[in-house]
Amino acid sequence: MPLTLYTFSSPPKFYALSGVLVPLCWALAVVLSAIGLWMGFFVAPTDATQGEVYRIIFIHVPAAWMSMLLYLVMAFWAAIGWAFKARLASMVARAVAPTGAMFTFLALWTGALWGKPTWGAWWVWDARLTSELILLFLYLGYIALVEAIDDPRRADQAGALLAVVGAVNVPIIYFSVKWWNTLHQGASVSIAAAPKMASTMLTAMLLMTFAFWAYAFAVVFTRTRAIVLERERGAAWVNQLAARESAS
Amino acid sequence: MRALFWSILRRDLRLAARRRIESLLPLVFFIVAASLFPLGVGPEPQTLRQIAPGVVWVCALLAAMLSVHTLYAGDHADGSLEQMLLAPASPVALAAAKAVGHWLVTGLPLILAAPVLGVLFDLSGSALAALVAGLLLGTPILSLLGGLGAALTLGLRSGGMLLILIVLPLATPALIFGAGAVVAVESGMSPSGHYSLLGALLIGTALGVPLATAAALRISTE
Repeated sequence: MPLTLYTFSSPPKFYALSGVLVPLCWALAVVLSAIGLWMGFFVAPTDATQGEVYRIIFIHVPAAWMSMLLYLVMAFWAAIGWAFKARLASMVARAVAPTGAMFTFLALWTGALWGKPTWGAWWVWDARLTSELILLFLYLGYIALVEAIDDPRRADQAGALLAVVGAVNVPIIYFSVKWWNTLHQGASVSIAAAPKMASTMLTAMLLMTFAFWAYAFAVVFTRTRAIVLERERGAAWVNQLAARESAS
Repeated sequence: MRALFWSILRRDLRLAARRRIESLLPLVFFIVAASLFPLGVGPEPQTLRQIAPGVVWVCALLAAMLSVHTLYAGDHADGSLEQMLLAPASPVALAAAKAVGHWLVTGLPLILAAPVLGVLFDLSGSALAALVAGLLLGTPILSLLGGLGAALTLGLRSGGMLLILIVLPLATPALIFGAGAVVAVESGMSPSGHYSLLGALLIGTALGVPLATAAALRISTE
């Protein structure tokens, strides 16, 4: 059977492929975060103004990036699943949501830990903090809506609509710094301008970002596999799989 | 399409007129909830003046969210919603008419009552004007977004609470700019930027949300 763009949109094929990929992603996540944390905590120089406190950014910034990106990923797969009636895409969208919410919470939590010694407050009602909090509410709203609807088809479609509407909020997060010019420091990493930070800091941050990517893939694939088994429990291939599992 | 819009709007208004006390409940909630704040915060006019815009806006937001839950519920329960969706005209007209009806029945009375609440909170004349102008631009956004939430949560067990959870994050820009306009006037700045952003939000929601609500109604009733 030829390999096409749609080969792995079939649940059994996806299940087989992701079974191979999950351990690889875990291994990648562990190795990358070990190197990234070592570089961040031991190699990267101490910040001239903020001292050692700044080192939380090696977790905080990648988590904040992931939280926004995963919302778009979730909205994208949910929309694909809704528009093309692709079952697997809807299952992936639902599997992404808890991980995205976790990264949003992590970004808020590490931000509070960084804000206490730097700003003297755990929390300030700054534009970016507030938008990140609203992003967390958007994730919770999506999760609550899809969990409240018993019919999986309606849950997927209603969730897709909500995710797409909420995706409008993600650009607002990005532009909020310009809209309300407040306390949070501007973005230090951008593609257009040369980075304003030491190259070891940037390397460590990028390594942590890739580590979080690998973690997200591993967790989302694992969760999608569970959803696939649950929804396809009547299918022959799942029964064969279960028979093989119980035999061995 | 226009015929469907007007007939549904007229029907909703007539239904509201026949249940007058029920239709006035959001207004009563709005006034009672806002009146609780001075009791909790304390009667100092300086503090009250500071929190007034936010309190009035948050209470308006909650009044809109609590009342919008029933927007489609009755029609869904007796099956007339399915019949309306079967009509040859687009369900976008239905969604728009329902949102306009909700705004006329709950949003407009809130706007009329807001200056009275503002006086209770010791707001100046120009701040009252900014409050009313902001609510005029902002409450239609709340009705439109609330309609979307009501369509998405149609017939669910925990519908009311869920609706508030999914709509409030989407409604925060309206709250920020609406209350911000009053704060701007009180600190001697021009509120026109806030009005412009509220107007832009209103145009955006008015163009996009009825489409989304129509899609949500189809998802929820199929």
